[in-house]
Amino acid sequence: MPAPLPGAIDCDLHIAVPQTRTLVPFLDEYWADHVRIRGVESQSYQMSSLPPRAPLSVRPDWQASDGALPGSHFGDLKSKVLDQFKLKFAVCNCIHGTQIMLSEDMSLAFCKATNDWLAKEWLDRDPRLRASIVVPAESPELAAEEIERVAIDRRFVQILMLAMGERPLGRRSYWPIYRAAEFHKLPIGIHAGSNYRHPPSSIGWPSYYLEDYVAQAQAFAAQLLSLVTEGVFVKFPELKIVMMESGVTWLPGTIWRADKTWRAVRFEVPWLHQAPGEVIRDHVRFTIQPFDAPSRREQLERLLEQLGSEDILLFSTDYPHWHFDGDDAVPDGLPDALVRKMLFDNPLMTYPRLSHTARDSLE
Amino acid sequence: MAKYVVALASQIPPGQCKIVSAAGREIGVYNIDNAFYALVNRCPHEGAAVCRGDIVGRPDSDMPGTYRLIQRGEMVRCPWHGWLFEIKTGQSWCDSATRARSIPVVVETGEALTRGLFQAETVPVTVEDRYIVLEF
Repeated sequence: MPAPLPGAIDCDLHIAVPQTRTLVPFLDEYWADHVRIRGVESQSYQMSSLPPRAPLSVRPDWQASDGALPGSHFGDLKSKVLDQFKLKFAVCNCIHGTQIMLSEDMSLAFCKATNDWLAKEWLDRDPRLRASIVVPAESPELAAEEIERVAIDRRFVQILMLAMGERPLGRRSYWPIYRAAEFHKLPIGIHAGSNYRHPPSSIGWPSYYLEDYVAQAQAFAAQLLSLVTEGVFVKFPELKIVMMESGVTWLPGTIWRADKTWRAVRFEVPWLHQAPGEVIRDHVRFTIQPFDAPSRREQLERLLEQLGSEDILLFSTDYPHWHFDGDDAVPDGLPDALVRKMLFDNPLMTYPRLSHTARDSLE
Repeated sequence: MAKYVVALASQIPPGQCKIVSAAGREIGVYNIDNAFYALVNRCPHEGAAVCRGDIVGRPDSDMPGTYRLIQRGEMVRCPWHGWLFEIKTGQSWCDSATRARSIPVVVETGEALTRGLFQAETVPVTVEDRYIVLEF
């Protein structure tokens, strides 16, 4: 696999909250006191869908330098990713259990703290860093308030949600999030992961990580269908969705089946005037790591033809997760023109805020 | 191109379809508000007898959660896969590239018919009635 060209835009890498107590100074007085009294600060709140010790969760040479959580040190991220790949921008996704707490108010308090921590401890330290806004996604009104608060800082370029939450993401209860996202030109980034209110597979709870991880693709497909059929892109025509760590090989089959079925039953979703595949290619983007491509070149070429668009793939390293070794972040066998679009053009088209100059980044 | 007299106009009241034969084909003749239209009784999708499907309207919407029923009585829903076709044109609502074959229909008086040359008069013609004539 080749290394990315200098100046690429990494659309998915990860920052870890080193410890829950890291966020306490960023909580307001009430919540800081509350979490101390309850001992919440001593809990790790690592999401069990992304176990930090699982082999895929961290590349051996991307372990944190002092044994801390991978992705929790700015110095590592700077030297191992930003400098190593000569990136122009990197969109950081911070996934932490406080975003999926059942207490809506405490979750909001921690999301606010996380966003403020990201701005101060990461974005302020390197002009190449951008971040996704973390929100209590299952409390859409509160999430929208937090988006309104944080969106003023244009270094936040996206809103982070998980592939598996309480309800299908197209449901109208989530629409306050999408309304705010569209208004502020922030794509919704849907990242692999679950809050485990439901089994990760529709057939029940799996036994092994292998099943859990592969089942993510089915969740992404189901979310995509929910977003399309519920009419999210009719209601919010400027909205973009970025699927992160989703893989892409499931997409052609999903589109074929959806388009075929839509023809016969479109009377039940009369707002859907385009075939689902067209809607998906207009509104949905996919980060490239992990790329679940077939190994033979002619199979890859066929897959790219089936994907049907050069605009939908976005470069990502998925640091510190382990999907490739060395600098080989660009999957083998992709045509040069596609690689260039993936590294430069597609991210800029997907994230309008990346085109703002540094000067108005902190308006 | 030939003309086929296939039915008495009075046999097909508004909102109804009558399936007739002409030149060895089954054809559905429809009356929509006293104007007549005809479709070959073969769905271009998978070959079903499309004209045996229900005569329906089609839903329309500008926004999720809003529903309007438009073109009431102007669509036929194929009994096999539910595809909707516009009776007046044969255009499929489910696949823009697909059309059911539409046959031109004229209504002639018996008097006019008795003066003309027609093939396959499947109904006896009398001077005082009006007739459905297909031309294809």
